[in-house]
Amino acid sequence: MKKPRYVREDRCIACGACTEKCPGKFDDTYNADLKARTAIYVEYPQAVPLKYAINPDVCLKLTKDKCGTCETVCPADAIDYTMTEEMLTIAAGSIILAPGFKPFDPSRFDNYQYANFPNVVTSMEFERILSATGPTMGHVTTFPKLPASPKKKKDKLLAQKRKDPKKIAWFQCVGSRDINKCDNPYCSSVCCMYAVKEAIIAKEHAGNDLECSIFFMDMRTPGKEFEKYYQNAKHKHGINFIRSKVHSVTEDPETGDLTLRYVDELGQIITDTYDMIVLSVGLEISNETRDLAKKLDIDITSSGFAKTHSFEPVTTSRDGIYVSGVFNNPKDIPESVLDASAAASAAGDYLAEVRNTLTKEMQVVAETNVVGDRPNIGVFICDCGSNISGVVDCPDVTEYAATLPYVTVAEETTYACSQDAQDKMVEIIKEKGLNRIVVAACTPKTHEPLFQETLKNAGLNKYLFEMTNIRNHNSWVHKNNPDIATVKAKDLVRMAVAKAALAQPLKEEKINVNASVMVVGGGLAGMTAAKSLASQGYETHIIEKKDCLGGEALKLWKTAQGEDVQQELGALIADITSNDKIVVHTNTTLEGVEGFVGNFISQLKTDGKTTALEHGVAVLATGAKAFEPTEYSFGKDDRIIRTLDLDKMFKENDPKLDTIASAVFIQCVGSREPERPYCSRVCCTHSVDNAIALKNKNPRMDVFILYRDIRTYGERELLYKEAREKGVIFIRYDVENKPEVKVEEDCLKITLVDHVLNQPVTIHADLLTLAAALVPRKDERLANFFKVPLNDEGFFVEKHAKLGPAEFATDGVFVAGSAHYPKPVNEAITQGRAAASRALTLLAKKDNLFTSGTIASVDVQKCTACGVCVSICPYNAPSFVTEGRFEGKAGVNAVLCKGCGLCVASCRSGAIHLRGFDTNQILSQIFALDEVS
Amino acid sequence: MESKKTGSVVVIGGGISGMLSALDLANSGFYVYLVEKGPSIGGVMAQLDKTFPTNDCAM
Repeated sequence: MKKPRYVREDRCIACGACTEKCPGKFDDTYNADLKARTAIYVEYPQAVPLKYAINPDVCLKLTKDKCGTCETVCPADAIDYTMTEEMLTIAAGSIILAPGFKPFDPSRFDNYQYANFPNVVTSMEFERILSATGPTMGHVTTFPKLPASPKKKKDKLLAQKRKDPKKIAWFQCVGSRDINKCDNPYCSSVCCMYAVKEAIIAKEHAGNDLECSIFFMDMRTPGKEFEKYYQNAKHKHGINFIRSKVHSVTEDPETGDLTLRYVDELGQIITDTYDMIVLSVGLEISNETRDLAKKLDIDITSSGFAKTHSFEPVTTSRDGIYVSGVFNNPKDIPESVLDASAAASAAGDYLAEVRNTLTKEMQVVAETNVVGDRPNIGVFICDCGSNISGVVDCPDVTEYAATLPYVTVAEETTYACSQDAQDKMVEIIKEKGLNRIVVAACTPKTHEPLFQETLKNAGLNKYLFEMTNIRNHNSWVHKNNPDIATVKAKDLVRMAVAKAALAQPLKEEKINVNASVMVVGGGLAGMTAAKSLASQGYETHIIEKKDCLGGEALKLWKTAQGEDVQQELGALIADITSNDKIVVHTNTTLEGVEGFVGNFISQLKTDGKTTALEHGVAVLATGAKAFEPTEYSFGKDDRIIRTLDLDKMFKENDPKLDTIASAVFIQCVGSREPERPYCSRVCCTHSVDNAIALKNKNPRMDVFILYRDIRTYGERELLYKEAREKGVIFIRYDVENKPEVKVEEDCLKITLVDHVLNQPVTIHADLLTLAAALVPRKDERLANFFKVPLNDEGFFVEKHAKLGPAEFATDGVFVAGSAHYPKPVNEAITQGRAAASRALTLLAKKDNLFTSGTIASVDVQKCTACGVCVSICPYNAPSFVTEGRFEGKAGVNAVLCKGCGLCVASCRSGAIHLRGFDTNQILSQIFALDEVS
Repeated sequence: MESKKTGSVVVIGGGISGMLSALDLANSGFYVYLVEKGPSIGGVMAQLDKTFPTNDCAM
């Protein structure tokens, strides 16, 4: 059902005139209800689509048939009160559910008094307080919910108490890991990290004398680069971490200050006063989402998350319906992004046979040849609502632009990026025969492609375009100096016009994409990627250095959800080997890689014989391996083993397991240490799971887990709970004070200081399992082959920590599995699928993949073949031409060139030109700056 | 014989995960309907100030 917006999207230009007089008010959910917004609104300035909507519950016209102001003031005639709900029926082959979560509402907790104390806020509210676009414009202040300039008497009195806080406390696990005050037994996975982040940013905003304390149970930072972030927070930013659950908060009614009482680690009751408390609220599945699940008849867990299988981690219980994001267990952004691509891949596989049946071809407008024509420049000045025009005198700038050389049209627009403005631009270009366009607006980083598309629609080459940023670089930074900002805007426009006058149409070279795929690594992640790409019809080669497929997963017993790994893995391997689109190269190593996206040639060596493989894309899934411990007497006694050895005993149903009366696990062996400052992510869950299995085998067995923080994130927390209920004893140790292991004839003696008793205790054990770190293969050779980076520890560095977790910055190369970061079975498979999905978007563009036009080109007449460009290029784009007329001169590979300009600046003969940024264009801009306006 | 499937996908939720699913599918040859209950897409990520562990702007 489509809900009415009461504003016609095709007409609204988002000028904002309607909100100015709108009397209806309601909570601004975008700003976590910290302030009010008018009944007609956009959610936030960058909203997509940037079209207003009316909240029918508070609009006076729609509720009482009064007012109607917005209809009167709207210049675009976009308001339509008669809109009604529409029922739409869509035929679709598959559904992906990504309904997200709602932040936990702590109003029902009486001990934290969120509902009553104004200085107790949620983390979501604090996020908005920190934001420059939030209610306090990034200023951290107490009484944040008060309006900036209060009108009510009561608010005015409170506002006098407002101050910059000196002490802020974060309370972790509010609405997570809690079945007393709420029904959320799971860990929300993200709160520890966001609390650390908020504390660091708060100190950045408020100055270093702000004291930030985080009250926590276990610090859970098991993601990539997370542990370092946590350690930096502690040691570099001076954030206090207090392991305690605060039991009560009281308020000083005079000042609004908050007094907390808690028990510290030594058992002492501490009373301390803070200016503000931030409740780190968990992620919850809404009733709406539960209803949706019911409607669609898919299974959910008791906490409301979708049930999935570890080997099909984005597939719901119903065929053709997939799940992504937090609804598929609490997770952070990169994992949600991986889920997104994985769900797309799963849906794509399900619908493989009907791919490309409903897509539409883009209409291509024939390009007008403008070479040799006199420049005929159109300048468009954007108001960006009031973002620019609130500071810069836009009519003045427009008038000025019209006087510049070659400019025949100068127009001011409210939002240059709006659909109607774009349509108008096309019209003007055609009508006036414009051949160069300048837009003075926001940042080309986000908007240049949009305007270039408009040029294409008007039949102009997209490089006949110049954009100058009079918002971010001008109105935003000079908002207190409108006069100077206007002068600067004119300067910027003049410079852009000077450059545009010299712009030439540029050609984009077509890239041929070889439709086959090479996957390096035949473990879970690699096999998953290969299977998905093969099912989409692409020939896929798996390169495995061992003699069989399966990788490290061959050593696993079962998943955290209890699935038998070997059974599932066997089925997957059988699928792979019987798939006629997949070629498995076992006992094979990679000896060399040449080429670039779409056209790689790799040298494979099998049993001493080298063959060449041509492929268009590559997936690196080389995995990780278990660390060889050097402490706790490992290797000195066969009763001291590693997690995978215990898995082996379980797998083989080793009779030794029946003889054990006391078993101990030591966590973080080799992880979270100076040499390996990362958390291995999988070990806590694995040990807890194995401890439960031991208890199930023999309930009278004594089982101890010696840990630093238990990191059973998401619904893995339920295993931790189960282990405690079954009598597994958890004893925490400090890294400065590690357990000591003494090997004796009849038993192993493990001594450590108990954190509750604060006394040394000695455990007599028959079996000691070390939760050894997962270490990367640190394959520098492979990294060099594809020009992809490794981080300090030796894991591959992805394109973007948040938005590109399954691909590299090198085009056409993707990453999956523990080679990226340690991860359990379901996450490795998710990333395998995600890498496949990302690769598929590239392979699917087979006939539509082009190089950029703004690349370097060599003037062979001037080239002296000195080789500086060849050696300096970080992308290996220039090389010496090996045949033909210009043999020996430098040439630039259009596909590899990123247009960075390094070679242009280094060329001593001035032989290299950067198209679109040629020397004469840059100089013309600089000269234009010197002109007096 | 299985009845012929339809080459389109409905994605429910316009947050970071839904948006990227929709993009991947659209870019690999499927017609996508992105369904969002609010007036704009972006979800919770658009509300965040910075993102860990890089402290990049979320917007």
